[in-house]
Amino acid sequence: MCRSAQWGVAIIMLGFLLNNDVISTEQPAGKVVLDYIRRDERKTGTKEGCKEGECGACTVLLGCLSGKKVVYRNVASCLVPLGDVAGRHVVTIEGVNKPDGSLNPVQQAFVDEGATQCGFCTPGFIMSLTAFFLNSPDLSFEDALDAVDGNVCRCTGHVAIRKAIANLCAEYRKRLDPARDRLEQLVEWEIVQPWMKDVPARLGAFAADKPARERDAIVVAGGTDAFVQRPEALRHAKLAFLSQQTELSYIREEGGSIVIGGGTTVEDLRRSDLFASIFPDNVRNLNLVSSTIMRNRATVAGNIVNASPIADITIMLLVLGCTLDIESHEGTRRQVSLDRLYKGYKQLDLISGELITAIRFPKPVAAARYSFEKVSQREFLDIASANTALLVETDGKTISRALVSAGGVAPVPLLLEKTAAALTGKPLSPATVKAAAVVMAGEIAPIDDVRGTAAYKRTLLRQLMYAHWIKLFPAEFSLEALA
Amino acid sequence: MKNFDTMMHVRGESIFIDDLPEWAELQHLAVVFSNVAHGTIKRLDVSRAAAAPGVTRVITAADIPGENQIGGIFPDEPLLAEGSVHFVGDPLAIVVARTREEAYAARRLVEFEIDPLPVVTDPRESFKNGTLIQPPRTFALGDTDKAWADCDLVIEGTAENGGQEHFYLETQIAVAVPQENGEMKLISSTQSPTVVQKAAARVLGVPQHAVEVELKRLGGAFGGKEDQATAWAVMAALAARVTGKPAKICLDRREDITFTGKRHPYSTDFKIGLKKDGTIVAFQAMYYQNSGAVADLSTSILERTLYHATNSYNIPHVRVTAAACYTNLHPYTAFRGFGGPQGMYVIESAIRQAAEKLGLPAHVIQRKNLLKEGDLFPYGQYTERCQAERTWDELVARQDLSALQKRIDQYNASHTDSKKGFALMPICFGISFTTLFLNQAGALVHVYADGSVTVSTGVVEMGQGVHMKIMQVIARTLSIDVRRVHTQTTNTFKVANTSPTAASSGADMNGKAAEIACSEILGRLKTAAAAILGHNNPGDIQIRDEVVWCEGRETQLKWKELVQKAYLMKTNMSAYGHYAVPNLTFDKTKEKGRPFAYHVYGTALIEATVDCIRGTYRFDAVHMVHDIGRSINELIDEGQVYGALMQGIGWVTMEELLYSKEGKPLVDSLSKYKVPDMRFTPETVSLHFLENADNPYAVMNSKAVGEPPLMYGIGAYFAVLNALAAARPGRELFFSAPLTPKKVLSFLYGEAR
Ligand SMILES: Cc1cc2nc3c(=O)[nH]c(=O)nc-3n(C[C@H](O)[C@H](O)[C@H](O)COP(=O)(O)OP(=O)(O)OC[C@H]3O[C@@H](n4cnc5c(N)ncnc54)[C@H](O)[C@@H]3O)c2cc1C
Ligand code: FES
Ligand code: FES
Repeated sequence: MCRSAQWGVAIIMLGFLLNNDVISTEQPAGKVVLDYIRRDERKTGTKEGCKEGECGACTVLLGCLSGKKVVYRNVASCLVPLGDVAGRHVVTIEGVNKPDGSLNPVQQAFVDEGATQCGFCTPGFIMSLTAFFLNSPDLSFEDALDAVDGNVCRCTGHVAIRKAIANLCAEYRKRLDPARDRLEQLVEWEIVQPWMKDVPARLGAFAADKPARERDAIVVAGGTDAFVQRPEALRHAKLAFLSQQTELSYIREEGGSIVIGGGTTVEDLRRSDLFASIFPDNVRNLNLVSSTIMRNRATVAGNIVNASPIADITIMLLVLGCTLDIESHEGTRRQVSLDRLYKGYKQLDLISGELITAIRFPKPVAAARYSFEKVSQREFLDIASANTALLVETDGKTISRALVSAGGVAPVPLLLEKTAAALTGKPLSPATVKAAAVVMAGEIAPIDDVRGTAAYKRTLLRQLMYAHWIKLFPAEFSLEALA
Repeated sequence: MKNFDTMMHVRGESIFIDDLPEWAELQHLAVVFSNVAHGTIKRLDVSRAAAAPGVTRVITAADIPGENQIGGIFPDEPLLAEGSVHFVGDPLAIVVARTREEAYAARRLVEFEIDPLPVVTDPRESFKNGTLIQPPRTFALGDTDKAWADCDLVIEGTAENGGQEHFYLETQIAVAVPQENGEMKLISSTQSPTVVQKAAARVLGVPQHAVEVELKRLGGAFGGKEDQATAWAVMAALAARVTGKPAKICLDRREDITFTGKRHPYSTDFKIGLKKDGTIVAFQAMYYQNSGAVADLSTSILERTLYHATNSYNIPHVRVTAAACYTNLHPYTAFRGFGGPQGMYVIESAIRQAAEKLGLPAHVIQRKNLLKEGDLFPYGQYTERCQAERTWDELVARQDLSALQKRIDQYNASHTDSKKGFALMPICFGISFTTLFLNQAGALVHVYADGSVTVSTGVVEMGQGVHMKIMQVIARTLSIDVRRVHTQTTNTFKVANTSPTAASSGADMNGKAAEIACSEILGRLKTAAAAILGHNNPGDIQIRDEVVWCEGRETQLKWKELVQKAYLMKTNMSAYGHYAVPNLTFDKTKEKGRPFAYHVYGTALIEATVDCIRGTYRFDAVHMVHDIGRSINELIDEGQVYGALMQGIGWVTMEELLYSKEGKPLVDSLSKYKVPDMRFTPETVSLHFLENADNPYAVMNSKAVGEPPLMYGIGAYFAVLNALAAARPGRELFFSAPLTPKKVLSFLYGEAR
């Protein structure tokens, strides 16, 4: 970014690469990329279906320089502010089209299977699948389905799309040479254009001067909450883009602790080998959180600050004994434990100008078992009716330690202390869990809303509590034993 | 054959209305919606909004030059509210501004006060109050009153179904461009260009010939743009008239999902009587349709509920009555199936309840009562070329039911955490507009001197591939390469008095009209060819694969040369074809006739697994045998079946609309309304098109495909119910679609139903 003064108003010039073109614009940093590419650049292949991250019609690739390579992720351009793409690469459907007008293999597969009808969702699917080709280690069908989990098609019922994807995976898995550079191969297969190879060098040329975060600037992390709630207000507001602070993005082990950087995305968490080694169900659990085009942007800290009563990541973290590193604008540091952060509905022990720089928790002991449960109207890309996590330590006979969290059943995400007490020190048995469920019922206060009646949420949470134990200890627990 | 349109879709090069270049002086609209479901407008003050930055004009009912009315069937729908409001979302005023942002910002400055009046959201309450759109209608066959005595089992029950949001990906949109001499050009995302044209002419106070409506394609519609596109297009026209500048309206997703029309919820009482062996003797039902605050197409939809009340079954004694009940909710409108799904859901519910009581599997009752050739529908039409049993038997031959039952029984015996179930779902759907005069279509075909061909019809392309099918019909009729053919925009100036693209009839009727036009041109070209070849009998001329044949012998004359020469010979190479579906009758005083050109049949099998711990479910497999006649384009037809199936499954499972007691829609964003996604789609979906099922009643022996397969999805409800019955044997079944995870858990654990 560079600044120039004109008529006394600070004009911020924003530079980035759009497909094969260098863009330099004075448009506000809070304008979303979708509006910029459709309205200002008039590249209309990217569609607007909802402007709330729910449909995927606006999917583009966002490429960020990482060392000598550019890492591309599929994102919903309707929730990405322009300021966030400064110095980065945005690829739209126009950028993967072959110049001679013929179809690339992903596009051809869609035509062959009749995987597009009205065509409105289609460019989004193509872009998500391009991200899959760029990123999936083995081009597995499962990875492909993950990549498009935020793309919704109302016409095809997804049946033909599944077939097209299955065909693509079968074909290109055979051709894939894992030893070779992925981008080279994609260029060879014509899935991406040859000029993509020059992008790392071209991105390097953008000035790396990062403006200091101004005191009164609003922090935008992934923007997946902020730009759904108040896009108009943010459009012309003073913003600070956390994703530009790449040093805040990490997951590492420090001594006996696991530390997550304040800018780490949910997708980073999903892909984390460290997390997978501690939580065997990590990928399954995080697949239940929003969608790939959201997770690629949404941050862990944003989920915590969002303070939604059903915030999935917060529910997952609450049972791990998390502490937050908080830094004020002046550099003063303090720590708050996650379960002390919430003061009331959407009220936090966090003042304006304060930033969560890291989230840390003691690494669970080897014998600890962990479970996350969530039920929503639709299994994927939906808000929980209720969700819960459990961390339990046991020798197989006695529960030596247990922590339980619950979402959707109170104004804030809850750590259930009484329920935990009802489990700790008790025998590992259905009777213990049933008794704890009774205690739990007294610790929650759900309300009626579109996610279900209070009575439903009570029943559901009890069942999810049972599900934790049946899943973790199938020998000791069964549905009949708990009924 | 691949659909040519899709080659542009995958490159993002197909142009939708919002993709069109914008005029420099284009004005943007923001609508002020009522936030009260029923009330008297005490005050409406637009002065602050009118003074806001960028605002050109704020339009209220007083600014309308013509009539403030857009109701198509009943004149009960003012464009802008006057005096009173009838639902949350009733339009009060329109802010017109230089930019969309300015229009939306100024909208908040419009002040209004509404004195609330009592709100009705329940159709049964509306019925009691006598607030019906028209008197209830009854279809009757035999004598139900006497028939109950002949039954071994008579049961009564209630079935409820919810509404459904179309969730077309492209929200409602229109652009109006004023022309000289008071004319208006409208580009509208509508399934009914003529309806928009008429309504705009009425509101602007001009003749129809002064309003041109044009469009290339829609980003999905599913019925949601049949009547519901009109208001927005007319608002754009009004704004363009008032300001003298081009005007654009594009609803954002939240407005679209909260305020625009959806599928009708129904509440129904039914009574069914059977013999011990499962033979259905009599069926009676009273349907209370929640029609919303305006009539829209409600009464036509209601009619189709009655037509499909007995689905694929032959029932000798039937008495079904339906009432269209006004409520203070947003409009309810056309949605794929058009009342048919609501009707079929009730008879299927009745069969399930009867099966439970008789101790018979539901599929035994279903199979026993399937329609046969020559059976009589309650509305007086006989089945012809009936494929009900054939599709069922073909399916069962492919999917062994007893083996399936055994597999499921074994699974259920050895699992307590989850249970499996299955359901069969036969369908029988009548093809034709039941508003009989709509069964007509026109097509304008031009052959150019270079041999290329273009066609304009009244049909609207919305993803169903109808343009491709019509191009194929033309290519076959003229015997030329389909790549020579091109479809034009749908335009009320090229083809007039068009019927909506609806009732699955688009390809049938417009294809036929194109065929008629092409046959006419072909006749003239044959005359020209005969003259060119020096042959005196044009009857001996044929065109085969672009080559002219004479008396059964190939000549040197090819299509391109023929056309060039014919042009020089001053041959008329354009034709307008008009098709009216023959032999349709219906007498509303007797409620009898032959309203349908033909029926589409089919059978589906759906398998489900319920997670008894969490109350969730998934669908493992769907198998279908579908009666498509002779498909013009199998790839397109398969796509229609799959898409409809999943919409049907969505309707009875996760798609749920909720309202507050005050009539406020609680579903006001996509985060609160979920449609089937890729992961929800069953891993196994098989489809077999019935062989040897030519249909002489439609173009090239094909059959309409858009709506019927949606009703396969209804089977999903009963597959889950079947699994639930295995989990809780003997517990009273319930019929309340959608069968959400909430309802499943409540059924399993009894607490909150
Ligand atoms: C389509 C869609 C689906 C979703 N699905 C889910 C779901 O399944 N489960 C779920 O839990 N949530 C879901 N969400 C909500 C949201 O995506 C998550 O809460 C996400 O983690 C928010 O992170 P973000 O980085 O995008 O936050 P942002 O929108 O960038 O920020 C949210 C708030 O946090 C503040 N903030 C961000 N980072 C910091 C920081 N480091 N320090 C201090 N303040 C900070 C911002 O100023 C802002 O006020 C969904 C949202 C969308 C749009
Ligand atoms: S427009 Fe729907 S996700 Fe962006
Ligand atoms: S093709 Fe219409 S939404 Fe996917």
